[in-house]
Amino acid sequence: MIVSRAHFVGTVALILAACFCLLSGCRESSEASGSRATIQNKGSDTMVNVAQAWAEEYRRVRPDVDVEVSGGGSGVGIAALIKGTVDIANASRNMKPEEMAQARANTGKMPVELIVGYDALAVFVHKDNPLDEISIDQLAGIYSEKGTITLWSQLGVQIPNTRHDEIVRISRQSSSGTYEFFREKVLSKKDFKLGSLDMNGSKEVVELVAGTPTAIGYSGMGYASAGVKMLKIAKEPGKPAVEPTMRTTLSKEYPIARSLQVYTLGQPAGEVKEYIEWMMGPDGQRVLEESGYVPLPSKAGGR
Amino acid sequence: MSSSPTRKQRQRPRRALWAVAGETLLEWIIRLSGISAIIFVLAIFVFVFREAAPVLTNEEFNLVEFFTSIAWYPTSAQNVRYGTLALIAGTFSVTALAMALAVPFGLGGAIYISEFCRPRTREVLKIVIELLAAVPSVVWGFIGLTVMSRLLVEYGGAPVGVNMLNGAIILALMAVPIIVSIGEDALKAVPDSFREAGIAMGASRWQLIYRVLLPAAKNGLLAAVLLGIGRAVGETMAVLMATGHAVQIPHGILDPIRTLTANVAAELGEAPAGSPHYRVLFMTGVLLFTITFVVNLTADFVIRGVKRK
Repeated sequence: MIVSRAHFVGTVALILAACFCLLSGCRESSEASGSRATIQNKGSDTMVNVAQAWAEEYRRVRPDVDVEVSGGGSGVGIAALIKGTVDIANASRNMKPEEMAQARANTGKMPVELIVGYDALAVFVHKDNPLDEISIDQLAGIYSEKGTITLWSQLGVQIPNTRHDEIVRISRQSSSGTYEFFREKVLSKKDFKLGSLDMNGSKEVVELVAGTPTAIGYSGMGYASAGVKMLKIAKEPGKPAVEPTMRTTLSKEYPIARSLQVYTLGQPAGEVKEYIEWMMGPDGQRVLEESGYVPLPSKAGGR
Repeated sequence: MSSSPTRKQRQRPRRALWAVAGETLLEWIIRLSGISAIIFVLAIFVFVFREAAPVLTNEEFNLVEFFTSIAWYPTSAQNVRYGTLALIAGTFSVTALAMALAVPFGLGGAIYISEFCRPRTREVLKIVIELLAAVPSVVWGFIGLTVMSRLLVEYGGAPVGVNMLNGAIILALMAVPIIVSIGEDALKAVPDSFREAGIAMGASRWQLIYRVLLPAAKNGLLAAVLLGIGRAVGETMAVLMATGHAVQIPHGILDPIRTLTANVAAELGEAPAGSPHYRVLFMTGVLLFTITFVVNLTADFVIRGVKRK
């Protein structure tokens, strides 16, 4: 009896939901056929925060343009660009030459790269961790396949309020641009040590580090929260460690900073061009800075 | 006596042609829907295998390595390796732990509902347990990720909250309703004459259950457990969120792990279609299909054993 009633309620709810979807779908499509333009934007999970903020802000400037944003990872965005299903692909790594060639073979157009901002890849530990700085070599020792650092005591620290000494490595899923950037810059293209916890987003990494006293993880600087601490990074042991800030990112003193770029098929044109120009202009760059990334040097403006 | 054959002869021609045709048609529709299940299962297997098969001849791929190596580096820049041993170990260890938690609770619940509680309590319990079975797995995963992980760090002394124990507890919660409802059916299927005979012999309630009912319902209970295992092996979303997603052979129940299902879910969307990585993921799909197939088939044989009795 009860089960069948639950089924009935579920069915009714489903039908209602379906009706609603149909109605709203109809409305949207009729609008799209009018004067509205839609820009498809996909890619880097590092950039998804700022991409969404841009889209929302742009709606205020140009209410007649819809920007649809989704994340998934730089690799996902680039794959979509190669298929020609997005207008703009966000990437926190550079497109590889073979990906460029694939896109050209597939769509007949060469992808064009535009740098829209910078990001410092921050290394996070729990806020109670006494460690303040770390060198690239030590990071490689922790993360790389042949690395020998597995305990916090090897780095000379003891984590308060826990008896655990083992370092809990938190990493990213393998399609992430952040993952590839870290592998290239920190591990010098060697493989990661197995057994790291591979999260599916920048935010998940920071949340897990905040909840795990013995954890270490990496993410874009913009994702820092109150529960975690950003480490200063030394390029080589003995050299002074540098804090990730806007200034050190632009001056390249901070060793693991990177550019954030968007790719379009061929030179951007029409609404897409206007949108990207707005991104790189003062308003777009202000949004970028508010989201925790590093804006383009102000004089250069565009490129 | 003599009138009945004539009545039959009179009735037969009375059936209209459309009625006969309609009945045949209906019969065929029903037969087709019956067969369709077989077709679907075979089609799924064929398509999954067809996507996976080309990798068998790829030189990067080695079937021995696939089963015996723990190194899972599908996107390595230097040395691509496809070893699923750690994933297989992850799947089996989390399932085993989940069953160690779920079987005592599930069978205990089934015995209580079937033999001890009053009819009204039974109705309430059955509804609540069915409700437990209706909770979507992503909700379980969410509970594992947020509530359970915090509890495990605070009270369990675990270094990380998302780990094998977390996943196993979530899977156990998902498997218990299945074990209880099928186990209860199996106990109900034991004829009352068994109980009456036991009571007549002066057996206590415990003796009755332990000596008479459990042996009599053995096959049905085993099938309940096996179906619970099938549920746990195939579960994806909850384990993806709760187990920590780390490729390693677990050394203790508080180690994070990664299962075959979670690995496919996390990586298939990003693997370029047709690439070796994509095909290897389909290969793990074939492997999973085989595992659940064997478990379900075993359960089926066991249930059939019950019916023959």
